[in-house]
Amino acid sequence: MARITLDGLAHSYLPAPSGPADYALKGLDVDWQDGGAYALLGPSGCGKSTLLNIVSGLLRPSEGRILFDGEDVTGLPPARRNIAQVFQFPVIYDTMTVRENLAFPLVNRGVDQATIDRQVAAIAAMLEVDGMLDRRASGLAPDDKQKISMGRGLVRDDVNVVMFDEPLTVIDPHLKFALRSKLKELHQRVRATMIYVTHDQTEALTFADRVVVMQEGEVVQIGTPVELFERPTHTFVGHFIGSPGMNVLPAERGGAGARFHGHDVALDGAIAADAAGRLEIGVRPEFVTLGAPGTGIPATITKVADVGRHTVVETDAGGAKVSAITNAGAGGLPSPGEAVGLSFRPDRTRAYADGWLVSGGGA
Amino acid sequence: MNKTWNQKAWLLVLPVVLLVAFNALVPMMTVVNYSVQETFGNNTFFWSGLQWFEQILTSERFHAALGRQVLFTSIILLIEVPLGVAIALCMPKKGVWVPVCLVLMALPMLIPWNVVGSMWNIMALPDIGLLGYFLNEVVGWQFDYTQDPIDAWVTIIAMDVWHWTSLVVLLAYAGLVSIPDAYYQAAEIDGASRWAVFRHIQLPKMKSVLTIAILLRFIDSFNIYTEPFTLTGGGPGNATTLLSIDLVKIALGQFDLGPAGAMSLIYFAITLLVSWLFYTLMTRNDP
Amino acid sequence: MTLRLEAITKVVEGRTHIKPTTLELHPGRFNVLLGPTGAGKTSLIKMMAGLDPIASGKVILDGEDVTRRNPQKRRISLVHQFFVNYPHMTVFENIASPLRVAGVPKSEIQGRVEAAADVLKLRPMLDRRPHELSGGQQQRTALARAIAKDSRAVFLDEPLANLDYKLREELREQLPDLFAGRGAVVVYATSEPEEALLLGGETALMEDGHVRQFGPTADIYRAPASLAAARTFSDPPINAAPVTVSGGTARMGSATWAAARADGDYTFAIRPHHVLPQPMANGVALEGTVAVTELSGSESSAHFDLDGRPWVSLAHGVHPYRVGEPHTFHMDPADGFWFGPDGAPVQEGR
Repeated sequence: MARITLDGLAHSYLPAPSGPADYALKGLDVDWQDGGAYALLGPSGCGKSTLLNIVSGLLRPSEGRILFDGEDVTGLPPARRNIAQVFQFPVIYDTMTVRENLAFPLVNRGVDQATIDRQVAAIAAMLEVDGMLDRRASGLAPDDKQKISMGRGLVRDDVNVVMFDEPLTVIDPHLKFALRSKLKELHQRVRATMIYVTHDQTEALTFADRVVVMQEGEVVQIGTPVELFERPTHTFVGHFIGSPGMNVLPAERGGAGARFHGHDVALDGAIAADAAGRLEIGVRPEFVTLGAPGTGIPATITKVADVGRHTVVETDAGGAKVSAITNAGAGGLPSPGEAVGLSFRPDRTRAYADGWLVSGGGA
Repeated sequence: MNKTWNQKAWLLVLPVVLLVAFNALVPMMTVVNYSVQETFGNNTFFWSGLQWFEQILTSERFHAALGRQVLFTSIILLIEVPLGVAIALCMPKKGVWVPVCLVLMALPMLIPWNVVGSMWNIMALPDIGLLGYFLNEVVGWQFDYTQDPIDAWVTIIAMDVWHWTSLVVLLAYAGLVSIPDAYYQAAEIDGASRWAVFRHIQLPKMKSVLTIAILLRFIDSFNIYTEPFTLTGGGPGNATTLLSIDLVKIALGQFDLGPAGAMSLIYFAITLLVSWLFYTLMTRNDP
Repeated sequence: MTLRLEAITKVVEGRTHIKPTTLELHPGRFNVLLGPTGAGKTSLIKMMAGLDPIASGKVILDGEDVTRRNPQKRRISLVHQFFVNYPHMTVFENIASPLRVAGVPKSEIQGRVEAAADVLKLRPMLDRRPHELSGGQQQRTALARAIAKDSRAVFLDEPLANLDYKLREELREQLPDLFAGRGAVVVYATSEPEEALLLGGETALMEDGHVRQFGPTADIYRAPASLAAARTFSDPPINAAPVTVSGGTARMGSATWAAARADGDYTFAIRPHHVLPQPMANGVALEGTVAVTELSGSESSAHFDLDGRPWVSLAHGVHPYRVGEPHTFHMDPADGFWFGPDGAPVQEGR
């Protein structure tokens, strides 16, 4: 197991990058603690797969270093980094049995037979594939195949890090839950450093102790699931996590904090004095309350969507779209066209300048 | 209600049925007809039962030709399949050289068979051919395929390898490029050796295309006629008289239609049987 | 314009794959087919589109029997789960292709393609080829092709399933507006209950080749006609357990509450968002053991063991659970559904 440090890591797929736009990764400095469960979360094209390939050694970064326990491994090939990776599609060796598949990384490293038997038996029991050890791996269902891919990564006890590259893509939706929880359980049992790459917020937030949110080659926030939800330090995080995402509204400075649509909005704290750039306020739909017209910020309801467990109400306030989530039953709902007054919960309302958090102590 | 659909379907299949009948069934029945009769010319035929089959199966001439044929096909497969796979493994997987390699590989296959025979015929001639001259004068090998049986065999095998290895290469290459990168990456991470990657990833993924390649090469080389006929005419002596060449000699050279018919059917049965065996063995373990 | 299915069935190798299905689908709203993978949604769509043979029954489109008609001649569109575009054509040509096939005059094609491209925000990409587009743009191209073509029926077979969830959210929001006022019958297949609720309209609950229930989406959600229907229309799965009522008291494992129902055995079912980790008014306490917890942005779910049955609670916000430890959950029985031994709903009253 190892602590992983990314030191000024940047990568461009072009031989001679000329500007920030040419970089798939733009200067990352990240520290991953030994034994932690991390997720890399972001939309497709945000650079998370590039980063993963750099950590595993399949790709050499254009700039910067990567350290395992303080030791520079930037130039080492994957086989010498002692890492394991689980891919999007299950990779199994068709010619081998399940047992041979699981033993393969150990056999290649010249581990003695007794140790191999012990490790394979342990990992098979953990993954609940011990009943199929002597079956040909090629005939299995996709979720069992993916379990075996995972098993090959976890069977070695000397791995520095286990990486998962969207491992649930091919799994049937109703089986995803089972594998997701299996992974979480595995991490608690083996305590290896694990990095899980995904664009799915549920997978990331469920699996990881800390989530690294990426956008366009940059890390925008690293935090626990609760922090990402309650205190996004960038508007992108607020938008990307949560469904629907955070309302991001154009604002200007004024009064105690910010003004939106001609009304003072109370914030979680003061805006940093040196904050410059385009000012916005961010508030999640969960913290927007609909009141009678005349109270709070005037708005008109544009859409009401009953999702069953709650209702998503979309309103228009001075040209800006503000969503609110209410638990009101079907009867007590306003209908489109009606006027309402919006109020935001102050301790969950924040100010952002050029996308970055500037109120209540900033990012 | 479904009947209208079914009848339409039959109509659609009809052209194929007719085509197969005219292409395969009618000629084959003619051969069957010949194989059980004797003729003395004038289009008069007499029933002769299985006499010709017995004669062919016990004839030393047939055994010798069959032996040469089996030897030729075995050598061809043993050279072309591993060589083709090896070349496919060396070919670039992406980049500007891919189309160049593919076109170069396809070139020999595009040349008509009798032209291939003539090309090698001239090229291997000891006095005026580039290859023959080179072997005699530079390498110092007393090479003359028109006189020496071994030299004749070397020449027809070299010709076939030159002509058809590309087919195996292209099929194996198609199998190789369809393997996702993740497999190679996983193998690298698992610490697999180059051999293990070949044995456990590349070979299994190429299996189905290789089955087709071997089958095609078997059928083709077992039935080969034009190229060796143009090159050596079956000589020197009978050294390169393969089954098909012998068959044509009997049928058209000696006009023994009955034995030729019987031989054709035996020939056909052998090809069919071996193809079936190949296919069953190769696909036996598929899930 | 309506699409009417009259007892259509599909038989594969002697097995009835789609049981006799009768539906009447109208334009102006989304007709959602909701069911798990393998329920027969895709089969039913293919049968309506004319791509799969129909063993018996009739498909009536706009008053005309099209059961035996070629898909090409039905004037319909189909958008598939995978992004199906012609790889060698530009986005413009892709959108224009069905119009060219239909013989629409050149002068008209330009306008119609551009209008469709505008709606789907594809204007800047008209000259690109599909492989130069992101997944979302590729699927928008496929949708634009369906819109540009003046179809009588549009079939959308899980069109958002292969997109990132944020893109899915955006596109899902636009979908109803895209087809509003076009007069085409829109059929939308999905396996996600939430999608059905968001798209509204009418929903047909499918399971195992049957349409279990059909009607306005919200009505079906609030009043499932069977336990199977309730199961299909809940994600995470609906919680269910046997309940015995005697003398006005309902007993479910160790939990009891007052119930105004006839004595007997029932199945009680309640959706996960009505089972919460904190006490509530009229609440009944449920003693469970937490097995797994999950977070999805703004909600947290806890899978727990209740008298040997897997139950799920889904609550707003982030709740601290200890995996493997007991936790008391709460529910208001009034939020639940009661089903008799035959799986049919039972109304309140003795």
